[in-house]
Amino acid sequence: MTTLAPAPSAALPAKTNREVDTRPLLWPSVIVLFLWMIVPLAMTLYFSVIRYNLLNPALTGFAGLENYSFLFDDPTLWTSLWNTLVLVGSVLIITVVFGTLFAVLYNQEFPGRNIARLLVIAPFFVMPTVSALVWKNMMMHPVYGLIASLQSMVGLTPTDWFTDYPMFSVIVIVAWQWVPFAFLILLTAIQSLDSEQKEAARIDGAGPLAMFFYITLPHLSRAISVVIMIETIFLLTIFAEIYVTTSGGPGTATTNLAWLIYSVGLLQFDVGYASAGGIIAVILANVVAFFLVRTVSRNLQQG
Amino acid sequence: MSMPSTFQKPPRWIPVLAWVIAILIFFPIFWMALTSFKTETEAISTPPSLFFVPTMENYTDVIDRSNYARFVWNSIAVSFGSTLLALAFAIPAAYAMAFFPTKRTPSTLLWMLSTKMMPPVGVLIPMYLLFKTLGLLDTVTGLLIIYTLINLPIVVWMLYTYFKDVPGEILEAGRVDGANPMQELFLLLLPLAVPGIASTGLLSVILSWNEAFWSLNLTSSQGAPLTAFIASFSSPQGLFWAKLSAASLMAIAPILVVGWMSQRQLVSGLTFGAVK
Amino acid sequence: MAEVVLRNIKKSFGPVDIIKGVDIDINDKEFVVFVGPSGCGKSTLLRMIAGLESISDGELSIDGKRVNDLSPADRGIAMVFQTYALYPHMTVRDNMGFSLKLAKVPKAEIDRKVNEAARILKLDPLMDRKPKALSGGQRQRVAIGRAIVRNPKVFLFDEPLSNLDAALRVQMRIEIARMHSDFNATMIYVTHDQVEAMTMADKIVVLQGGVVEQVGSPLELYHHPANRFVAGFIGSPTMNFIDATVKAVAPEGVTVELPGGDNLTVLVVPGATKAGDKLTLGVRPEHLQEGSGDGKLTGTALVVERLGGATYAYVKLDNGTMITAEVDGNSHIRVNDPIQLGVRSQTCHLFGSDGLALAQSTRHPLADVGRGKGGH
Ligand SMILES: Nc1ncnc2c1ncn2[C@@H]1O[C@H](COP(=O)(O)OP(=O)(O)OP(=O)(O)O)[C@@H](O)[C@H]1O
Ligand SMILES: [Mg+2]
Repeated sequence: MTTLAPAPSAALPAKTNREVDTRPLLWPSVIVLFLWMIVPLAMTLYFSVIRYNLLNPALTGFAGLENYSFLFDDPTLWTSLWNTLVLVGSVLIITVVFGTLFAVLYNQEFPGRNIARLLVIAPFFVMPTVSALVWKNMMMHPVYGLIASLQSMVGLTPTDWFTDYPMFSVIVIVAWQWVPFAFLILLTAIQSLDSEQKEAARIDGAGPLAMFFYITLPHLSRAISVVIMIETIFLLTIFAEIYVTTSGGPGTATTNLAWLIYSVGLLQFDVGYASAGGIIAVILANVVAFFLVRTVSRNLQQG
Repeated sequence: MSMPSTFQKPPRWIPVLAWVIAILIFFPIFWMALTSFKTETEAISTPPSLFFVPTMENYTDVIDRSNYARFVWNSIAVSFGSTLLALAFAIPAAYAMAFFPTKRTPSTLLWMLSTKMMPPVGVLIPMYLLFKTLGLLDTVTGLLIIYTLINLPIVVWMLYTYFKDVPGEILEAGRVDGANPMQELFLLLLPLAVPGIASTGLLSVILSWNEAFWSLNLTSSQGAPLTAFIASFSSPQGLFWAKLSAASLMAIAPILVVGWMSQRQLVSGLTFGAVK
Repeated sequence: MAEVVLRNIKKSFGPVDIIKGVDIDINDKEFVVFVGPSGCGKSTLLRMIAGLESISDGELSIDGKRVNDLSPADRGIAMVFQTYALYPHMTVRDNMGFSLKLAKVPKAEIDRKVNEAARILKLDPLMDRKPKALSGGQRQRVAIGRAIVRNPKVFLFDEPLSNLDAALRVQMRIEIARMHSDFNATMIYVTHDQVEAMTMADKIVVLQGGVVEQVGSPLELYHHPANRFVAGFIGSPTMNFIDATVKAVAPEGVTVELPGGDNLTVLVVPGATKAGDKLTLGVRPEHLQEGSGDGKLTGTALVVERLGGATYAYVKLDNGTMITAEVDGNSHIRVNDPIQLGVRSQTCHLFGSDGLALAQSTRHPLADVGRGKGGH
């Protein structure tokens, strides 16, 4: 029956289709993504610890943590971190609150509902440079802007939005782009709410408010957390809107981390210093990414 | 006490509110569209002119004068090129992970996703220098490579979720019928997954078309797509608004239509399948 | 000629052993049914025969040839899946011809074979439709047609009828049985439906937890279950099990005391059984009748289900054991009535504390009779 010597065929791996060698299929993607992840990051890390300024080739050598200490002593860094926080925080609050309310609103039956929904999600598909310019020129311009015209029509002095309320203006533009995103995701999520569950709640005597807080909101909680995390990743490095409108100003009023790195690196060409800033951005993003990956992986295990 | 009715009709103000909000949100786009049919003087007249004789002048001007065709072409080349390239990389990878999963598959997927979390500013400086050294600055090729890389994780993920939905038994039936893995992929899986592949491609095209970090930083004229071209209008104050509007409308209209048509599928792609 | 022989077949998914050493001999042209509770490994075993799942250990041969390492397409098998697994983007014709196309069979011959199969299955008017435009029964037929076209040595079916409604299931059952006699092919059929197993099989393989509990003809399993598991699994409603103590042992049978004090001599080979042993008496509901027999059981009817032809009484015996009895359709028994049930000694089974059955003294005359004309 059993022999001690292994059968010759046992040495060969069983070759049914299940054990197909998938490396040639998978590895191209893995390799390019690995390079994309590791090479620029390693370079940033390297640049951040050397003296490297394109305008001053004489400046060379290992800098240690010099760039970082300059950076941490620079008040602009702290301003830009604070601005980043304000921008991300306000846009998140605005988009989640309005996204949720709109999702509930546009989930009601009313004539032309589908067209109204299309109008609401439209801004998300507009390229950031166009959105920024439309708001800057046609809506918020102190002389020719529509808002200025309305103000003078009712006898008010037109506001110079980008000078007097620069951060607010940028927030308006960014929120206009991202409320539709939150709305689109949350509307999809709300539609998956079991209608029998709603009917059961109604039979149990839940009014519209109770329905919202006890049924709808809990149902949306996971979608909301996904919205928050995805938006955070994009909002942390908002760039085009600032580039087109305020260029980080006036002063440093709208300088966020992305703009700081850009201006130091590509306008002042201080590569070492900018790279140190880049590393800070990477660390910030990774904190957020950690939570997002955890949520998604929980999801992966369920599915 | 009022009798609670089971057939609650939504209150009358709901449609009114919903429509007012929708119109307000859409208004900037509408206003831009309107402006694009005005003359430059009408475009900046105060108070704004509501009644005017529409003109196509801006469109013809933009198309004739400003190398507009080149920017359009760059946008098309970059977004479709990077999408096709990403699909070429992602289809085999998603196929392998969906149908030949190993213990490492979930972590591979999550790792791919995490590369998407890298903030572009974190690697802006080295990429700029690298592109400069390689002569890729301001080229379509350079941008195409970057877009392929930043969209690849999303494309793999979306395809993976679509492939997962294809019943495994169909591919097994194919194997019993004598199909080898390549035939399984090309004769069975791809035809079945056409809708999924199409919406994945659309999302990738939309994201690339609207991308405005790398295009602003790595291109200026020769390789610039529409996003960068439009940004060049930001300098002269109050000039060429009508033309800007015309150029912008042409730049966003196709994507807007595509986005409207595929919103449902986009949701699962944008949330990595977390919301369907 | 296509025997299928499984020798000590094992399967593990990672550290978990799913199939724990299975030996089965399937003769040429035999209709073999794998039954067992959900999760026992029926599909896994079938898929290993098909080549869709690798074999962790053991030998599988088809037609005398070791096929462990052959791809599914090279094993001479065809498979009908539970979900049919039709290619949704191909017409019925293309679905059926796909395997031949892959094998580079000339077009004319593909057409001939596909048309032939279509004729047999009465699919002719549907050949240019896509699967979406077919009813469940039609899809089922196409799936079978796809298998027929390959002219396999062995047909494999994984619960092919479970997605059909009851009437269609009966009809397809008959058709598959007819197909079996027409094609003269070996068929292996997985189901958890007893009726399918009993009516279609030449040989039933009862699986549980990855091991074979018993192999035999349908009536052999019914009349001579090897153990309590098979006894309880085959037959519907399920067999009643009653604790019984051995009173006396004789060469022709074992006498046990029933609850309520009656003695009953069951005609089994005593083996090592001795007086005082605790055994389990097994008696099927259809072998109980109202009144008296060789022994009697008394209790109260708790639930009465009248099916017309028969009446099921769910009875609580005086010692608290619950049993089911299939009594006459015209019985006047009502809920909460006291009831007396008679037991006949020929139809009873005895199981030891290890669950194994004591062999019946005489073999049931139909236990070794095959299903059809073929003499196995
Ligand atoms: N790919 C796999 N990985 C891990 N475990 C598996 C895999 N496939 C099946 N199993 C396990 O093997 C066992 C047997 O599965 P199998 O599908 O063969 O059961 P079955 O007898 O066909 O049941 P059912 O009647 O429900 O179809 C189950 O416990 C199942 O969880
Ligand atoms: Mg099964």
